[in-house]
Parts: sequence; structure tokens; C-alpha cells
Amino acid sequence: MSQTTTRPAARKSQPSASSRFDSALGWSPRFGTNMALRIILCILVFCIFALPFMAIISGAFDRNSSPTDISLLPKSFTLQNFEAAQQQGLWGYLLNSLVVAGGGLLLQMTVSVFAAYSLSRKKFRGQAFAMLLVLMTMMLPEEVIAIPLSLVLGDLPLLGVSLRGSVLAVILPVGIWGFSIFIMSEFMKEIPAEIEEAARLDGVGEFRMLFTIILPLCKPALGVIGIFGFMMVWDQYLLPLIAANDPSDYTLTVALSVLRNDTTVGPGVLLAGAVMAMIPSLLVYLFLQRSMIRGITAGATKG
Amino acid sequence: MTVTPTKPADLLVPAKGAKTAPSRRKRINGKQVLAIWLFLVPAAVLGLYFKFIPMVEGIRLSLFKVQPFLGDVFVGFDNYVNVLTDARFMDALGHTVVLGVSQTLGALVVGFVLALLLEGQARSLWVLRTTIFLPVVTALAVVGEIWRILYFPTADGPLNTILGWVGLEPLQFLNGTDTALWSIAVVGIWSGAPYNMVIILAGLTGVDRTLYESAGVDGATVWQRLRYITLPALRPSIVIVLTLAAIRSLRSFTEVYVLTGGGPAGSTEVWMTRMYSLGFQRNDVGVASAAAVLLLVVTLLLTVGTQFLARRKAER
Repeated sequence: MSQTTTRPAARKSQPSASSRFDSALGWSPRFGTNMALRIILCILVFCIFALPFMAIISGAFDRNSSPTDISLLPKSFTLQNFEAAQQQGLWGYLLNSLVVAGGGLLLQMTVSVFAAYSLSRKKFRGQAFAMLLVLMTMMLPEEVIAIPLSLVLGDLPLLGVSLRGSVLAVILPVGIWGFSIFIMSEFMKEIPAEIEEAARLDGVGEFRMLFTIILPLCKPALGVIGIFGFMMVWDQYLLPLIAANDPSDYTLTVALSVLRNDTTVGPGVLLAGAVMAMIPSLLVYLFLQRSMIRGITAGATKG
Repeated sequence: MTVTPTKPADLLVPAKGAKTAPSRRKRINGKQVLAIWLFLVPAAVLGLYFKFIPMVEGIRLSLFKVQPFLGDVFVGFDNYVNVLTDARFMDALGHTVVLGVSQTLGALVVGFVLALLLEGQARSLWVLRTTIFLPVVTALAVVGEIWRILYFPTADGPLNTILGWVGLEPLQFLNGTDTALWSIAVVGIWSGAPYNMVIILAGLTGVDRTLYESAGVDGATVWQRLRYITLPALRPSIVIVLTLAAIRSLRSFTEVYVLTGGGPAGSTEVWMTRMYSLGFQRNDVGVASAAAVLLLVVTLLLTVGTQFLARRKAER
């Protein structure tokens, strides 16, 4: 920490010598061959990672888009792909996706916060076991249980209800996610016990304790489980596929492959669908970018 | 797992709260216990219904010949024998491992190069890093559709056009039995490398800058600096991330399913797509469940094994 704070001063007094050691490769901050090389490489990297997106977006707005004639800007701008998408029911799929993502994320975060509060702020018998179960669900990939899960969704044990074909068939299974319970409880553990004790002396009950004392201190962790949870739900593919009764139940991501296999649908409509599926994750990412980075690095150090 | 987290609280309590804590706990004990379990109920119910019952059910089904209307017949380990002697499953296993290893290593190397290139405080670098991260946040199904278009196999397809500029023959990509698996691996690297970049960048900021300076004074080359200062500093975080990514790749499904569906001619069939087609398209639920249980066992063993190794290393 002290290293980084003394850094700018050192850089100002001795620009060439010290800033060369700011990066592992020793990139020079001054114009020269070193910088030119870096700029060229950066442009190359930009092309590789960003241009495909531009091509897709341009294709979605192009009158006659085709994979063999792709450009970075639409040659003849049009919205007709999106109108055609409406006829293919894409907006319905998008609505499915949004309902599933919103409901699933809300449920997942609520469940995680409650469970984490119990697991991290309380002591009770069987706590270690409960935490172990949470970690197990982290390790238990949802793909692996896809087949029995589809059977369970078709006939809930004890209740005898079939969830298939309803959005609940996707929302409920994504509601439990070990990762987000784990992140949340790790964070809650760090909150000093005194804060809670002081509030308890004032006669604060459990719910108020959680919502007015603990949760406001957990904003960073909420951001992390928010964006990771959203990405997890939005990325679901197998689950909506097996939870659907008929194609109209599909989420947008699943519907894309249906569209592709439909020969009456042109590539322009498919691209419009892809753009529609991209926009929500893009928005969430732009708003919660810091949380994303924080979550990744925390995950890396915690293992 | 349970010992370390309670430490800070334990350290704080004895000084002042040793006597008061028990009495207070007694007073609100009933309420407290109720609250604890009340808060755990949603997670427990959902976990039971959508994780544990399916898991137990999967293990049960794997021992049966499942027939929808005729009733299930117990067959012992026949389904497992079927899976392990099935040539297509063994092919799928090979593809899974090749895909997993190439994606994991590729994403790590590319992520490392990206991190080295884009390390720095400048705002332009930050913008570039943000842009590059887009493939990670985009849903895999969408990434798949994007690459299906880029890989369009005619000579005037987007990537083949670029290959043409540098004088290479057009490739079949996803349509060729030799190239399809590698094409999928490239997509995995493309969408995974920026994630690793972020991890490595975080590691890079932790490297002591004075080490670079003294290495510079000693006349070390850039390569030596990387080899002896940067890499050792990054090792701990990379190792764990690598193993977890490798384990996760065992169950990759979406990208393969979207890009090739296992084709052409089964050349990209992985464990999960084989399982899916058996279980959902051919309704051979018993055998598919056996395959799932095998995947689960391998995943658990690898996860526990790496955690164990990592912990032992940390203790040493």
C-alpha cells in the first residue's frame, strides 16, 4: 500500500527511469518504438475481441445481412430485422428471459442473504454440516443432474405438481446457488460482532437486524452476488431447454438455436435476436463492473 | 473450514463478553434458534428439491433400466458397464479432455499475454480492458451464434476472408471433422481469456515494484524479470484458478451444443452432449444417469483432491 502511495511522487520527479518499472513488461510511457508496438498490439487485441460484436450489431441493422457479406457498419440501415423478429415471437422469448432473470436473481439473492446471515452470524449445532452442504451444491454442477432434475420438475416429490412449461421451472432451481451463499457469508463474517451486540441491546429483532444493520454494510458483496447471479441466470441454457413444455417457453438464448435451424428465418433476424440477448448483460455489466472485478479477484484468492 | 472464520469473533469476545454472552443467549435462545432455522428454510427447501433429490434420484436411476410405462427394472451396474464400453462415450471422453486442456491452457496463456499488454493506470487501457471483457459477460449461447457466423465455412465467410488476406486456404472450421474441435476450443479461449486477464492483472498489481527496479539495476532482461519475479508472484492464484477451470471444462455443454451439436460425424461430441442426446433424445435415462454419476464422481474427486493438495501446500 505504501508502495503505491509513494509511486506518483516518484514518477513525477523521475519520469523515465521509474515508470518503466510500473508494468511487468516495462512499457515506456514516452512515444517511441516501444509505445508504437504497444499501440499496434492493443489495436490487434481490440479487433479480435470487439470487432465480432460490431459485426453482429451491424448485421442486425442491415437490410440484407449475410455471413458472407459482413461489415462493421450496416450498408443499408433498417429496423426490419427487429420487426421480423417480432413476428417470430422473439419479444416473447425476451420477455421470458427477463422474467426468469429478474425473478431468479431476486429469489437467489434473497435466499443467499437469509442463508448467509444464519450461517455466518449465528452459532448453532450442525452449522459446519450446513456449510458443507452449501459447498457441495457449489461443486455439484447443475448440468450433471439435468436428467433427474427434468423428472423432478415434471413431478415435484410430495407436492405432485408439474412445473414444466412455467417460468418457475427455471426460477426455482436457480434460486439456490452455493457460490452466492458462500460469498455472502464470507463477507458477513467480517462485520464486527460489536455492531450487532449494540443493536441487540437496543432490542432490535432479527429481521430488522438483518435488513437495517447487516445488509447496508454488505453492499459490496450484494453487488458481487448481483452481477454473478445475473450472469449465471442469463447464461442458463440446459435448464430452460429441459424445463420447457414447448418452444414458446424457451428463453431468448435457447430460442436463438431454434431460429437458426428454421430455414424460413434469415440471418438478419437471428442477429437481431443475438443483439437483444446481448443488451441486458451489457447493461448489467456496465453498471456493476466494479463488483464484477471485485468478485473475480476475490474468487481467485479464496480459491 | 469452520475454525478459521470464527477466529476474529473469538478473539474479540473473551476480553469483555465472557460473562454477559451466556446470559443474553439464554434469554433469547428460543427466538434465536427459531430465527436461525427460519432463515435457512428457503435455501434448504430449494436445495432439497433441486439439488439433493435430483442427485439421489440420478444415482437411483443409474442402477435401473428405465422404461416409462413398463416399470423400472433393477440392473445393478449394467448401465455403468454400458457407458464404459460404449465407443462413442470413450470418444466423447477423449474430446472432453482435449477440449478442456486446450481451452484451459489457451485461455491462461492468452489471458496472461493480455494482462501484460494491458497492465497500467492509463484511462485508455482501462477502456480497452472493459471492452475486451465483453465476451465473458455475453451469454455462451450468444457467443456461439456470433462464432457460427464468423466461422462461416465458404471462402467468403468472415474468418476465411481474413485467412485469404494472409494467403491461407479457406478452412471448414465447424464443418470439418479435423477442425471442428479446435474451432470450439478457440471460442472457449476467446470467451475465457479476458476473465483470466482480470485475475492476473490483480496479481500483477501485487508484485513489488522495487523488485523490478532492482532487477533493472542488475541488468536483467525483460524475459528474466518475467520468469523470476512476475511468474512466481502469480503462481498461487493461477494454480487454483487453472485447476478449477479444468474441472469445470469437464462439463462443458452449451458451447458445444450451440456450435456443432456434437457433429460433424461425432467429431466434437463431449461427455455432456452424449449424455444429453442419450437421456433426452433417445430416452435411455438409465445409461445417461450412469454417465452423469460418473461425471459427478470424477468432478468431486478432482475438486476435493485439488483442494486437499492446495491446503497441504499452504500448510507447508
